[in-house]
Amino acid sequence: MYEWDFSVIYQYRWLFLQGLGVTIAFTIAIIIGGVTFGLVASSCLLSRFRLLRVVALAFIEVFRCTPILVQLVWAYYALPILAGVEMTPVTASLLALSCYGGSFYAEIIRGGIVSIDPGQSEAAAALGMTPGLAMRRIILPQALRRMVPALMNQSILQFKNTSLVSVLAVPDLVYQGQMVAHDSFRPLETYTAVAVGYFAILFPLTLYVRHRERVSGAKR
Amino acid sequence: MNTSLPMIEITALRKSYGDLEVLKEINLKVETGGVVSLIGPSGSGKSTLLRCINLLVVPDDGAIRVGKTAFSFGQALQPPRSRTLADFRSRTGMVFQNFNLFPHMSVLENVMEAPVHVRRLPKAAARDMAMTQLEKVGLADRAAQMPETLSGGQKQRVAIARALAMEPEVMLFDEATSALDPELVGEVLQTMQKLASDGMTMVIVTHEIAFARDVADRVVFMRDGYVVEDGPAREVIENPKSEATQSFLSHYHKARSAH
Repeated sequence: MYEWDFSVIYQYRWLFLQGLGVTIAFTIAIIIGGVTFGLVASSCLLSRFRLLRVVALAFIEVFRCTPILVQLVWAYYALPILAGVEMTPVTASLLALSCYGGSFYAEIIRGGIVSIDPGQSEAAAALGMTPGLAMRRIILPQALRRMVPALMNQSILQFKNTSLVSVLAVPDLVYQGQMVAHDSFRPLETYTAVAVGYFAILFPLTLYVRHRERVSGAKR
Repeated sequence: MNTSLPMIEITALRKSYGDLEVLKEINLKVETGGVVSLIGPSGSGKSTLLRCINLLVVPDDGAIRVGKTAFSFGQALQPPRSRTLADFRSRTGMVFQNFNLFPHMSVLENVMEAPVHVRRLPKAAARDMAMTQLEKVGLADRAAQMPETLSGGQKQRVAIARALAMEPEVMLFDEATSALDPELVGEVLQTMQKLASDGMTMVIVTHEIAFARDVADRVVFMRDGYVVEDGPAREVIENPKSEATQSFLSHYHKARSAH
C-alpha cells in the first residue's frame, strides 16, 4: 500500500511558487501576444486584398493544425538551423505559444466581427464614417462583447498550454514539479500539487466565463 | 420654389450585379425642398437607386450630383476614395427599414455619435444639437434610454433624429415604415411629413401609396430598372398613364373604393 506524504510539498513550497509565478507571467505574455497576432491576422482575413487574406489563412491553418509541442521544439531547435535565428528558450516559447494562440484568437475575432448585422456598417457609412472609424466605434465594441466568453475560453487553454514550455527547460510550474519529483522521490504528491495549482487558478475563471455567458445570453 | 440648380441630379445612371442589370439609364432630378416618392414592385431597382444617391451603392456608369458635389462613374474612371465617399455621405441623411440604431449606445449617444466623431463638434455642442433633434421627433424624454427599450416607431424616429443631427442637405428614406406594426406607422409618417413641410429635400422609397400621394410632390414609378412614369404625385397615383403603373396601383385603388 502506497503511503501518501504531502509534507514534501511544503518543503519545496518556494520552488512551486516560483514556478507558478513563471506560469502566470507566461500566460499573460502569450495572451497579449496571441490577441495581438489574432487581431492582425483577423483584419488581414477581412481585408479586400487577396494576398493578405492568403497569408493570414496560411498562418492560421499552419498553427491551428499542428501540435503545439512540435511548434515549441521547432521554434527552438529548427529555426536556428533553417533561418539562422537564435533564440533563448523563453523567447522561442513566447513566440510559438503566441502564434499558436493567435491562430485561434484570429478565428474568434473574425467570427465576432462578421456576426454583427451588416446594417450597422451601412448606418455608420451613411452617417459619413470611414470604414476604419466604423470598425472602431460601431463594429468592434459590439463584436468584442460577443467574443468575450470565447476569448476567455481560449485564454484558459493558453494557461494550460504553458505547461509544455518545460520541454525547453523554461522553469514554469510543471518544470519545477519535475525537479521536485526527482529530488524528493515523491512524483505522485508533486504532480498532484501541480494539478491543484492549475485548478485553483482556472476553476474560478471558468465560473466567471460561465457567468458572463449567462449574462450576455440573457441580454439577447 | 427654388429656380436654381436642382438639389439632386442623376444622369444616365447604370448599375449591374453580375449579369443582372438593376438600374438601366436612370435620369432623375429633385428640386431643393422637393419631396419625391419612389414606388414600384420589389426588384424594380428603387432601393438600389436610393442607395446610389448617397453612394452606399457605387454605380457603374453615369453621373450623380447632390448639392455642390458631383461624381461621374464609368469603366475608365477611378471609383471615389473611401475618405471622399465618407465626406459626401456625411451631408446626406439616410433612414433604413430596420432602423439600424447602434445597440451599444443610448438614444442620445446614437444621435451624438456622428456629430462628435465625424463632424468633430465639441461634446456640449453635439449634445445640444442631438437634444434639439430628439425634441423635433418628440423623444427628448427618452434620451437616456437604450434603443432596445423603445418601440419600433420610436426607434425609427430616433434614427431620423440621428440622421438630422448631421444637418444633411437631403434625406433618403428606404422603406422606413415597412418593418413597423401597423399601429406604429402613423407616428413615423407624421415625423416625415413635418420634415417635408419644413422644406427638407427628400427621396422616399415607400409602399404607403396614400402617404406618397399626400406628402410627395412627385411620384416616380419604377419597374425592371427603368423609370416608367414620373409626374406630380396626385396625377401619377390617381390617373396613371402607363399600363404598368395602372396595374401596380390597381390593388391600392380597389382597396380604397371598397371603403
